[in-house]
Amino acid sequence: MVTTTPLEAELLELAGSVPDPELPVLTLRELGVVRAVHARGADTVEVELTPTYTGCPAIEAMSLDIQKVLRDHGVREVTVRTVLAPAWSTDDITDEGRRKLREFGIAPPRVRSAPGPVRVGLGPTRTRESGPVDEADPVRCPHCGSAETELLSRFSSTACKALRRCLACREPFDHFKEL
Amino acid sequence: MTTTSAKDTALTAAALALGDDALVLSHRLGEWAGHAPVLEEEVALANIALDLLGQARVLLSMAGDEDELAFLREERAFRNLQLVEQPNGDFAHTIARQLFFSAHQYLLYGELASGDGPFAPLAGKAVKETAYHRDHAEQWTLRLGDGTDESHTRMQRAVDALWRYTGEMFQPVEGVDVDWTGLETAWLEWTGEVLRRATLTVPEGPRTGAWAAGAGRQGLHTEPFGRMLAEMQHLHRSHPGATW
Repeated sequence: MVTTTPLEAELLELAGSVPDPELPVLTLRELGVVRAVHARGADTVEVELTPTYTGCPAIEAMSLDIQKVLRDHGVREVTVRTVLAPAWSTDDITDEGRRKLREFGIAPPRVRSAPGPVRVGLGPTRTRESGPVDEADPVRCPHCGSAETELLSRFSSTACKALRRCLACREPFDHFKEL
Repeated sequence: MTTTSAKDTALTAAALALGDDALVLSHRLGEWAGHAPVLEEEVALANIALDLLGQARVLLSMAGDEDELAFLREERAFRNLQLVEQPNGDFAHTIARQLFFSAHQYLLYGELASGDGPFAPLAGKAVKETAYHRDHAEQWTLRLGDGTDESHTRMQRAVDALWRYTGEMFQPVEGVDVDWTGLETAWLEWTGEVLRRATLTVPEGPRTGAWAAGAGRQGLHTEPFGRMLAEMQHLHRSHPGATW
């Protein structure tokens, strides 16, 4: 039986309020990466953090930021432990987080029903999606809202994003891809 | 006590084998930085390399100190498959290597993730990343194989050249509790299907036995690996303890 004390709930709220180092419009709570806070004794706290991708370099910056916030709140000793299981999924991003991503110009991940990458077809020069998942729930341009967008590359500025272009307004944009 | 330590030894050896696969392929893919044919591919290969590096860090940390293991071991102490150390060659060679390895890693991690062994947490996470790597390699194989005469010829050449390294992927690794025969059957089926769709011929050459390659797990590596290690380890060895 796991119980959360009022202090742990308060510290979890604080740790979750830290902005993501790469996408500062999102908090770590909205990204869904802070799993738990455990109070161990009077002023010692352990935070469980899960990476979005195994090799995500932002995890170290996240740890440092969480430690700073909790120390500023008076916790003397903060350890941040990385946990891998259960694996993080883009479904862990909150609705509020999705809305903020869109406002920031990044198409949010679609809610997934089955594991595995979203199927894409490859045309002669550029790639356009095909398949049932995409037609039912297309990636929309975060700028103009058009559903007519094309995939430029499966990998973009970071491992968690794909690069797409809107066929209506011609703006390229990042898509937080489903994981 | 002996059974526990024998189990620990097997776990360390297994973590080293899988960790070295990820580390070495990560480094090879990183070599494309500044050389890839288009910017999107440059970014894609670097991102795949980063995923693999993340996996390598977790795995090598299960076996010991990650930095010491990566930067201070001699060539014969590395346990990676010979496939992943093969030079990048032309883009077709890199894609063939990606196709063969990511399909293998996807199946292996998938099976490890469904168990409750020591690799399950990492495998559950990494299998989702590997699905994207496999998809990337599959799409490029189709595009190059079923592309121009030139791209078809080069893709076939790459597939033929690397085929002999693929048998080693299914040699059982002590401490990795999976059905290796089942993995190999599934791998042959999937890979064969992709090659056929790409209008390529599935090679008939041997994948195991005397004329095939594959003693990387025993620490025997091919000639280009030494030079790769020299480049990878040079900075750490020349400036011990240096930090950013």
